[in-house]
Amino acid sequence: MGIGGAIILAIFIGISRVGEVIAQPTAQINFNLDVLPVLSRACFPCHGPDENARQANLRLDTKEGALRTDKPLVISGSPEQSKLFQRLVSRDPEEQMPPPDAQQKLTESDVEVVRQWINDGAAWSEHWSFRVITRPRPPMVERFDWPQNEIDRFILDRLTRIGLKPSVQANDQTLLRRVTLDLLGLPANRDAQRDFFSDERPDAFERVIDRLLASPHFGERWGRHWLDAARYADSSGFEGDPPRVVWKYRDWVLNAINDDLPFDEFVVQQLAGDLLPDASPQNRIATGFLLNSQQDGGSETSRLDAVVDRVNTIGTVFLGLTVGCAQCHSHKFDPLTQREYYALFAFVNSADEAKLEFATPEQFARRDALVAEVASLTAERTSYAATLSAERIKSDPGYLERTANIDSLTGRIPTFESAQVLQPATPGRVTTMFIRGEFHRPGEPVSPDVPQILPPLPPGSRTRLEFARWLVSADQPLTPRVTVNRVWQHLFGRGLVETENDFGSQGSRPTHPELLDWLASELPRRGWRLKSLIRQITLSSTYRQASHHRLDVDAIDADNRWLARQSRPRLEAEVICDTALAAGGLLSTKIGGPSVFPFQPDGIMINRATPAPWKISPGEDRYRRGLYTYYWRLTPHPMLQTFDAPDAITSCTRRQSSNTPLQALTLLNDPMFTEAANAIAREIVSSRLENDDQRVNRMFQLCLTRLPDAHERKLLNQVLNRARSPLTEGTSGKTRSAENVERLAWTQLAQTILNLEEFVVRE
Amino acid sequence: MREPQLMMPNRREFVRYGVAGLASLSSASIGPSLVQAEESISPLLRPHFPARAKRVIFLFMLGAPSQFEMFENKPKLRELDGQPIGDELLTKMKFAQITEQRPSLLGTHVQFARYGESGAEISELLPFTAKVVDDLVIIKTMQTDEIPHHPAEVFMHTGTRFFGRPSLGAWVNYGLGTESSDLPGYVVLQSGMRPRTKGSIYASGFLSAAYQGVPLRDGAEPILNLARPAGRTAEDQRDMIDAVRQMNLHRSQLTNAPETLARNNSYRLAERLGETAAEAINVGGETPATLAAYGVDPAQPSFARNCLLARRMVERGVRFIHLCHGDWDHHSNLRKGIASQCQQTDQACAALIADLKQRGLLEDTLVVWGGEFGRTAVGQKTVNADIGRDHQIAAFTMWMAGGGVRTGQTVGETDELGCFPVTQPIHVHDLHATMLHLLGLDHKRLTYRFQGRDFRLTDVAGRVVSELIA
Repeated sequence: MGIGGAIILAIFIGISRVGEVIAQPTAQINFNLDVLPVLSRACFPCHGPDENARQANLRLDTKEGALRTDKPLVISGSPEQSKLFQRLVSRDPEEQMPPPDAQQKLTESDVEVVRQWINDGAAWSEHWSFRVITRPRPPMVERFDWPQNEIDRFILDRLTRIGLKPSVQANDQTLLRRVTLDLLGLPANRDAQRDFFSDERPDAFERVIDRLLASPHFGERWGRHWLDAARYADSSGFEGDPPRVVWKYRDWVLNAINDDLPFDEFVVQQLAGDLLPDASPQNRIATGFLLNSQQDGGSETSRLDAVVDRVNTIGTVFLGLTVGCAQCHSHKFDPLTQREYYALFAFVNSADEAKLEFATPEQFARRDALVAEVASLTAERTSYAATLSAERIKSDPGYLERTANIDSLTGRIPTFESAQVLQPATPGRVTTMFIRGEFHRPGEPVSPDVPQILPPLPPGSRTRLEFARWLVSADQPLTPRVTVNRVWQHLFGRGLVETENDFGSQGSRPTHPELLDWLASELPRRGWRLKSLIRQITLSSTYRQASHHRLDVDAIDADNRWLARQSRPRLEAEVICDTALAAGGLLSTKIGGPSVFPFQPDGIMINRATPAPWKISPGEDRYRRGLYTYYWRLTPHPMLQTFDAPDAITSCTRRQSSNTPLQALTLLNDPMFTEAANAIAREIVSSRLENDDQRVNRMFQLCLTRLPDAHERKLLNQVLNRARSPLTEGTSGKTRSAENVERLAWTQLAQTILNLEEFVVRE
Repeated sequence: MREPQLMMPNRREFVRYGVAGLASLSSASIGPSLVQAEESISPLLRPHFPARAKRVIFLFMLGAPSQFEMFENKPKLRELDGQPIGDELLTKMKFAQITEQRPSLLGTHVQFARYGESGAEISELLPFTAKVVDDLVIIKTMQTDEIPHHPAEVFMHTGTRFFGRPSLGAWVNYGLGTESSDLPGYVVLQSGMRPRTKGSIYASGFLSAAYQGVPLRDGAEPILNLARPAGRTAEDQRDMIDAVRQMNLHRSQLTNAPETLARNNSYRLAERLGETAAEAINVGGETPATLAAYGVDPAQPSFARNCLLARRMVERGVRFIHLCHGDWDHHSNLRKGIASQCQQTDQACAALIADLKQRGLLEDTLVVWGGEFGRTAVGQKTVNADIGRDHQIAAFTMWMAGGGVRTGQTVGETDELGCFPVTQPIHVHDLHATMLHLLGLDHKRLTYRFQGRDFRLTDVAGRVVSELIA
């Protein structure tokens, strides 16, 4: 086996090396995709956007600099005559670029790319993501039977060029489970399975998609994606980690997504809902997006930290740019100066947090009256106390009576439902640069503006509102690209641009640039409605492919970049919980409301600097969907942590998906999962199904939307029968009743299924 | 070295798991080939250069011990005890809590003597440490950036004051993988007060959750969810896991998915964890002499017991063992407080060094001792309490021992009052760079790309301190 393994290994790598060559679908040098990354990595640190680091007054990140006509560096068509190329290949340490001691080295293929580029005429164009979005025409393809829509033509075109065929369509069971998990984060229940599997109409799958898109649980699933990016949590973080009442923002997101609020409005309300004319309470709740930053008391440093987080979040979520790099110095790779960073900073610097409360005018009036009464009684007590000597105060009956009265009234002051909202700071703040990003070293004042590389703001005032509108304006190319890429990522496990949060020159190139732009151009055409876009993608043949690995694909494209099959991503923490609870019918379908406290092992909340409650919620709130679980930033629920839920500290646009023994232990032993298994068992045992086979089938279907095959059934029956057999080790001498044994056996079987890899994977 | 068992992050690994998968799938039987398929995983992660140490024990002294009562003998400070500080010091010194206009110097009440061949000065509060000084390098000029506890705790562990970054232990496991096939690569043992920042100091941040520190809990269930549900026997559980693994393997014949085998591997580890974790924390088999040397009462959770557990973890291949003990935050009642803390920790620290050495484990185990900062040369006065010391970040003491460290010396010297370094300031970033270096990792090359930037433990700073290296 050892030797066999080694030989297979060698062949495998061999194929994969060849494959990488094949997998470059174009031989022609593309400035944006091939040349710019090399220049950016090797040259821009000293000859790029950062004016402080710039050497020899030479810029290679702009056309004017690199292709200058005065003392030219590049002679089009003649690499050997071009100074730029000569320096790259020079062996003289004085001449050589990058210098011998530089961190960045060039490979031979990097140098070759530059040579070919100059040889081919040294065409210059802007970095791909900054260019205006055009609407590429879907390519003509030879197979007419496969494409369902334009998406498939883009995908098939690439596959054909590298000599791969798409995979067959996944079977109905897999498709239904896949799309239900992707759109709702839930398993397909029995009715859904029956309806779809018996629906012979050609548009049966389309009907499923439309039903799912209309489900109120769609907002929970896709809302959670957004809450990751919004770094949503129910506490403020840091050492104190005090609670924050912000669930109304979470519900706003859910509702907006369920209502298919156009994405441009979705953005404007979250960044500047408070500045909209006649802003409604809902518009203002939306601004919770920016306020989700961690907060550490009321110091100016802490406020500035939060503003930095807000700017960086905007950079990540809307622009797909690592703007944070420019906090301390101009960006080393991307065209963003430090001054431009603070110009973005200025848009969000002049806003403060306020509490918005919800009650009727009568309720407010009653509270105001109570507060006023407490104030006046307290004042009266103070003057009464002035007549007493200091020692007597604590024992004076008149004083004690007054105190009791005040306390009782204070206890009656009601608290109302509330949200944290943004409002313009009064007076407004003047933003300055911070030298090296250090808050105690303010530099020149800066007024709000957008980076020069992107289309300018329209003339007029420059508030947060204009900025938000600019982010989603027709000619700002980043937001649509970044947004459709994230949608794609949620449906394929990876974006067309793999670095979903870095569309700059150091990010990865899009695998399908034309498809990305086509989708980005579709978004505004579809009125910025994400449901419509998701519908289009899930209807494609590309989405519907089987996810099974194929040796021919793995050999050429082990990462599945060209999508000759669907992917098999591991499910998110919340989805794993929700699916387990839903299979046994425990999961509450209640939507929204204050965050809840499901079961959690002891010992998680101990020894916080400030104690925090974890009293298990009563009734159905114990079994709510994972996204409603109260999130303490300092002590998150351990199941969420074990399965890679984000820490809500910085914006998370893609989750990790690890595989650890602690995950196995959770699924095997965590009382929450045993409870779910127990519920599934109860459902099965109390059903009218006649024999074990039928029951095993039903259980498998509830959990995995499919029937077990013969071998699987055999293994499951083994587990069942051994669990029923008389005990080989006594449990402290007690004998178990027959009924008990039966229930435990089925519970054990259910939990076996919950532990299958397939259960934590979307196939 | 074995495959880092707890992780599965990149494509290369998938390819390798895939190879294992291919090999096993060619075989029709499930039994033995299942185990082979899951185990035929080759080492992937290698150090950047030959390592001097394979693993780390970090003895983190939460709350910041006072160096003046332990390692820094300053006769001048004793001489000037009670004198208000001068203008120069007043402008240069930073305080966290002291509000007094002009605080006074505080000479220590404890006696110092020289020990070992190196002649290191150690206070009477550390009689056991005094016996092992020649196995230590004592650094007197440690510096950090943060003066409040919580950012300083986070800074000491992650190299930044920001929450959400990976801890030193996570970085080390990310860089080297784990040697243990039975235990997590990063184990956390706590005694006394828990860190103010809780799990933030052993979190994996943007690295995979596979690298996060696993806190061992007191009591019957050292790792969360280790205990089986009520009513399920060990045999039942074994049946379940067998069925899960066989069904996974069966399914993978259809999906050809290499990640399925990796998950089977996790179940194998999970199954073993039940036994191995329980065995690893059971000190019942240690000889009475060993227990006495550490000062361990087997039934009582304590720092001493954790030191003994640390040695057991070392023997079992755990890569990073993180002990955390508090509270050393003696703003007041210093005299009583520090005596008590030293009494709880001194014997066990020294016993750990001696025990590792005697077993030949010290040469490739790096042991590091210290708090998030040190304490001031001036006294802090509190109403109704005995005097204490405030936070000092410009100079504090840590020590290192074991793997590749140049022991038997003191590095760095502070001024006559112990307020600022006179020679060789060593920043937390430098400590981190040096620790990684000893483990064979270049701190500038150990990077992880997150949000478009290559992050390092040492951010944009850090230098390997050659004086600390043998």
